[in-house]
Amino acid sequence: MTAMKIGVLAMQGAFAEHIEILRQVGVEGIQVRLPRDLAGISGLILPGGESTTMRKLIDRWGLREPIRRLIDGGTPVLGTCAGMILLSRHIVDGDEPVFPVLDMDIKRNAFGRQLDSFEADLAVPLLGERPVHGVFIRAPVVERVGAKVDVLGRLDDGRIVAVRERNVIATAFHPELAGETRFHRLLATMASDHDEPGEGTERRHHPLRRDGGGRVSSEPVGRDATGAGGWAAS
Amino acid sequence: MTTETSTWATKKGLAQMLKGGVIMDVVTAEHAKIAEDAGACAVMALERVPADIRAAGGVARMSDPALIEQIMQAVTIPVMAKARIGHFVEAQILEALGVDYIDESEVLTPADEAFHIDKHQFKVPFVCGCRDLGEALRRIAEGAAMIRTKGEAGTGNIVEAVRHIRAVHGGIRALASRREDELFTAAKDLQAPYELVAEVARTGKLPVVNFVAGGISTPADAALAMQLGAEGVFVGSGIFKSDDPARMARAIVQATTHFDDPRILAEVSKGLGAPMRGIELATIAEADRLAVRGW
Repeated sequence: MTAMKIGVLAMQGAFAEHIEILRQVGVEGIQVRLPRDLAGISGLILPGGESTTMRKLIDRWGLREPIRRLIDGGTPVLGTCAGMILLSRHIVDGDEPVFPVLDMDIKRNAFGRQLDSFEADLAVPLLGERPVHGVFIRAPVVERVGAKVDVLGRLDDGRIVAVRERNVIATAFHPELAGETRFHRLLATMASDHDEPGEGTERRHHPLRRDGGGRVSSEPVGRDATGAGGWAAS
Repeated sequence: MTTETSTWATKKGLAQMLKGGVIMDVVTAEHAKIAEDAGACAVMALERVPADIRAAGGVARMSDPALIEQIMQAVTIPVMAKARIGHFVEAQILEALGVDYIDESEVLTPADEAFHIDKHQFKVPFVCGCRDLGEALRRIAEGAAMIRTKGEAGTGNIVEAVRHIRAVHGGIRALASRREDELFTAAKDLQAPYELVAEVARTGKLPVVNFVAGGISTPADAALAMQLGAEGVFVGSGIFKSDDPARMARAIVQATTHFDDPRILAEVSKGLGAPMRGIELATIAEADRLAVRGW
């Protein structure tokens, strides 16, 4: 059996925290600093950090095109905070987009400066009944979503802070700072489905996977993607 | 549903978002833009870089709030500013300005030789300097949400920074090897609260993010700090006292990301021009050393 590997962009930011959550759900996290680090991964996480800094490093090390190809090829991606900004098609008052795959407008530092950073519980029905505890640090907010974007979670005032479009999930907050494992489990489930599509779907090997056999079936991952129960956070 | 601002998780969390990055000292809005364009993850707004503070002598204080505001308006990355050790009113002013982090810094002239600021009383998070594990834990007990080893600021000489990061990590390794019933005495020896000492012994790491500061002036210096266990670096005089600040800044950012890849380090270190000249530590009188400020 080969354990699933999920890449975590490691230009700058809280990549170690994501790798720790992946470890808790039974997935090996791989630090991605160069295009060659993308080989053999089944999913990708764009972590929190400074989006301005990450965007410069992504371009400097030639990661923009290969990551865009992975996303377009259906590889599941999770972006948190700065990662959500990187995945948005339009950045309000901001730079040109990096991976313009989520059809939405995003506003950076939407709540203000660090003094306005906060924690709040919010409902994310896709992950089950138990609310998600969100840590929002100089967080962005989604100001408009296109028709194909599913809204996964909102604050009490209705502002959108978690979305999914096709193979891309993104949150304005940091599940990795709150010991929240359900987003990572969902990503791993999507990665497992992408690696090995079910009956009736054309079987398509991940183009970058090195190994031929032994598909992923690690125990803690991938059961119960709809959150019907059993997802105890650590 | 409850919403709570400025919690311990958000204070500590901002430092987590800065990890793997470079925080640069800047003295003008123009410098701040250069730093941001080079990939700095945050800037430290101050009137003079430490090398100039050292050269000028006299009392070094919090910067002019107007200057700090200009820098806050110039960039979208977080802006930090320095208050004197123990000067809680300077800290109140910086909080009122809305800076993202306060550095209670030995680079400024201390305002209190006995008491550091009670940082729990503030909504804005603090970073503090340390020379060893005990000092780091005392600052965390007072509410620091981020730690940096002090090094010797304004010298362009990495030797003290290396001494301090080795001391912190050596201290952590020593604690991790202690029996549980020895931790009470360890706390006494470290002059730090038992609860924090026990936590470090159990987890093998500090409870907050730790950067290295003081004397970093080349990409290789930044990578050395990272390989010794830093989670990011502060660069003060090293950038704007070099021949080509924008280029040096970019190179140090690249080196901090790729700290463990010597081929990339070689690549980014090429043709940077002269780094800051620097000072041999032995030529600095004890009274002129900044790292000994604070306890």
